Amino acid sequence: MTAKDHPVTSDPNRDGTPDARDRALRPPDRDRDPRDAAPDARTWRAARAWRGVRAPLTTRARTLHAGAWWVWALGLAVAASRTANPLLLGLLIGVAGYVVAVRRTQDPWARSYGAFVKIGLVVIGIRLIFAVFLGSPIPGTHTVLTLPQAPLPEWAKGVRIGGRVTAEGLVFALYDGLKLATLLICVGAANALANPARLLKSLPGALYEAGVAIVVAMTFAPHLVADVQRLRATRRLRGRADRGVKALWQVGLPVLEGALERSVALAAAMDARGYGRTAQVPRAVRHTTTALTLGGLLGVCAGTYGLLAAQGAGYALPVLLAGLAAALGGLWLGGRRSVRTRYRPDRWGARAWLVSGSGAGVAGLMIWASAYAPTALHPPAVPLTAPTLPLWPAASVLLGLLPALVAPAPPAPPASPSKETPR
Amino acid sequence: MIRFEQVSVTYEDAAGPALRGVDLSVDEGELCLLVGPSGVGKSTLLGAVSGLVPHFTGGTLHGRVTVAGRDTRTHRPRELADIVGTVGQDPLAHFVTDTVEDELAYGMESLGLPPDTMRRRVEETLDLLGLASLRDRPIATLSSGQQQRVAIGSVLTAHPRVLVLDEPTSALDPAAAEEVLAVLQRLVHDLGTTVLLAEHRLERVVQYADQVILLPEPGAAPVIGAPADIMAVSPVFPPVVALGRLAGWSPLPLSVRDARRKAKALRERLAPLAAAAGAGAAFQPEAGAAPLAPTRPAAPTLPMLPTNTSRPIGEAKGLSVRRGRIEALKGVDLTVRPGETIALMGRNGAGKSTLLSAFVGLHEPAAGTVRVGDAIPHRTRPAELLRHVGLVPQEPRDLLYADTVATECQAADRDADAPAGSCRALVTGLLPDVADATHPRDLSEGQRLALALAVILTARPPLILLDEPTRGLDYAAKARLVDILRSLAAAGHATVLATHDVELAAELAHRVVILADGEVVADGPTAEVVVSSPAFAPQVAKVLAPLPWLTVPHVARALEATA
Repeated sequence: MTAKDHPVTSDPNRDGTPDARDRALRPPDRDRDPRDAAPDARTWRAARAWRGVRAPLTTRARTLHAGAWWVWALGLAVAASRTANPLLLGLLIGVAGYVVAVRRTQDPWARSYGAFVKIGLVVIGIRLIFAVFLGSPIPGTHTVLTLPQAPLPEWAKGVRIGGRVTAEGLVFALYDGLKLATLLICVGAANALANPARLLKSLPGALYEAGVAIVVAMTFAPHLVADVQRLRATRRLRGRADRGVKALWQVGLPVLEGALERSVALAAAMDARGYGRTAQVPRAVRHTTTALTLGGLLGVCAGTYGLLAAQGAGYALPVLLAGLAAALGGLWLGGRRSVRTRYRPDRWGARAWLVSGSGAGVAGLMIWASAYAPTALHPPAVPLTAPTLPLWPAASVLLGLLPALVAPAPPAPPASPSKETPR
Repeated sequence: MIRFEQVSVTYEDAAGPALRGVDLSVDEGELCLLVGPSGVGKSTLLGAVSGLVPHFTGGTLHGRVTVAGRDTRTHRPRELADIVGTVGQDPLAHFVTDTVEDELAYGMESLGLPPDTMRRRVEETLDLLGLASLRDRPIATLSSGQQQRVAIGSVLTAHPRVLVLDEPTSALDPAAAEEVLAVLQRLVHDLGTTVLLAEHRLERVVQYADQVILLPEPGAAPVIGAPADIMAVSPVFPPVVALGRLAGWSPLPLSVRDARRKAKALRERLAPLAAAAGAGAAFQPEAGAAPLAPTRPAAPTLPMLPTNTSRPIGEAKGLSVRRGRIEALKGVDLTVRPGETIALMGRNGAGKSTLLSAFVGLHEPAAGTVRVGDAIPHRTRPAELLRHVGLVPQEPRDLLYADTVATECQAADRDADAPAGSCRALVTGLLPDVADATHPRDLSEGQRLALALAVILTARPPLILLDEPTRGLDYAAKARLVDILRSLAAAGHATVLATHDVELAAELAHRVVILADGEVVADGPTAEVVVSSPAFAPQVAKVLAPLPWLTVPHVARALEATA
């Protein structure tokens, strides 16, 4: 059988064609893609190979390790911190946004991304406002407008309120704000993609109970918001205004009361379900744990001081490392007091390596790029020039798109989540 | 399995003990039902089994409680976690994690079970409770019935030998309640689990019980015995028992099936009355706005639609409401006329609460119109709307802000612009023995509901909406509520109740509207709607079918007429 026999569908490099790529970027259907069932044997083989690589739907077993998403996002954030080029920053935001758009689930925590984007915009706004009213250290020649300057006493020399606003200063502030916003958006992406509770599940045993406390606190925040909304609505039933600061203030106390009652009820439920059961450990082990942890932390402090202080750099590193080792040993021993086991912990599989690797790769390539192309990564604000997109750094940022291909795809949203009959 | 020896519990700063002289034992594999009016210490008794009383709640426990041989004095709740599984009244307060599967595993993780055992038990429990399709869902997106099942499942995975449940079906619609009870039955019969549960809705559970513990009044010793014997002396009993007491049957029937077999004579006695009354033509409204002189006193006096054509005081036309991406109501039509009582029924999440909220302007219609009197709720100022419509929410406490009853009443007078003292007069009418200085939180569920109702009534709204008013009420409080609502209807107020309580609807409503998935699927006189579907039929109707009586008082009145 040759390609000639089947001219219509025989494309040996089908995986590389735009069509296949396009197919991969689209969240796959729940059912098998009908196009996979091509009649041709070679196509079929290619399709089968592709199906092996293509991202599966998210289920509990296939969920990507939460840590992988964080490594990826922090990699992008490191890359963002290395450049002030607005085009590269925009590309990073685009990469993070695209991956979030195609890979986030319908779960409550996934909605936080929008909030992070808004905070990013606010950060840019604040940075610009500061640049306008407090001036900017950037010398500039293009005056945009001149504000009346507030006279300040002698001791406040060096501080300026009002005065000349230059285009250069504004552009510099914009780049700077954009950098901060990009960092925030990267963190937001990790928040939206990784379940925070699952991340805490990966903590060592000794820290597990602290982790549960944090998870509980996090699930309380949405409850609190719901309470405020409900109580503000019931104010309307009493014939009082349901909007405004006063309304919010007056529901404060009942909301806190409710939250307190709920936490007491939850604490009772957790106790009744065995939270805080401990194993009997020999006294010697307990004392060793305490000694190791305390000693280790002291060592870490001393080592860090040594590293930062001018003298003593010689012994600082060994002390720091020994302290770290002792503290980790203490944590490990402390874990023996906990009888807990883990239910289906996330596995760090090949896909997790690919996702985290792509983030680390972006960071590494960008750090390298700041060595070979420093001017392209930091376009000068003085004199004003249009920034250009440096080819290779831009290409390395695109590596961050890999999770959009390999990470498990979210399942199709149910038609109406809360309408399912209790059956 | 559970043994109480001379147990009494006294809470700090309480006048008397919450429990006194409790001596009882529950054997393995028994489904034991704890009954009694509100405030007799049912929750305290349940808490003593899991060790939460006194380890968590404080107070002093005298005597001895042992569960599977472990003394709760020396074992803290966490050390009993592998033996006792506890599910409280509010399943949402019970959840530690955020998805169904993690929640099922949480208890086992605490106990330190090996991972493969945990996995197997989670799968078994998902199947046992019918939760397999929900395994990855965030718990917050589930309906109340589903949440209740997850809460039960989350303690079942630890394979406890004792299951303690506080009002497991109170918040559930009839079908979901059946489901939960079926699961409990299965646990008792297949796994030999001991189940101890407290429940106000006796009509749902009493027929499944092997043993009943009755706490007749606060501080009194419990009465323990077979269900039929206890029901003969209990101050709280379901309608089917009331019917049995009325007809003098012995032993008392506990299920519709038992009663139906005994009711042959009663049906024969009542049949001529029904025939004489004609097919519904002479049925009288219970306390309608159009009171007709009872023409045939022997007729089954069922509440029915008052034949009035006055202007509606509440009206929804083609009403659609969207909540987020979900269409909570789709083209709903509802007309409420003065003096009418309407029961709004349907499963959890069918849109009942959304419909009530739309009438007070909490939701803006996506399509269609809603009006109360001349006002369009969501465009009316709250102070003005108060005179047209009042809503008592599911949790009446949300409506109460002040720290004493007196200040609450003063605030209500101010809000409604009513003469000073009008709210307090209403409270005195509804709750004769409540002191001014009482904190609203210290009231019982029934008293709190009455206070919230009084606050709403201060503005004299012609339309009153109640969301799940009987949740957590015992039979006495419910009877008081029925009286109050009847007299309001007689005074010309229209009432709409969203409720799962079929007995309440049968007793009170002229009309029943059933919602499913945001649409009206039935709307008609109570007798017709309620009897035509088994899930919504009250017990008396099931016992006496095809005769048209719905409640025990109706039957009593008919029998009086013949005597």
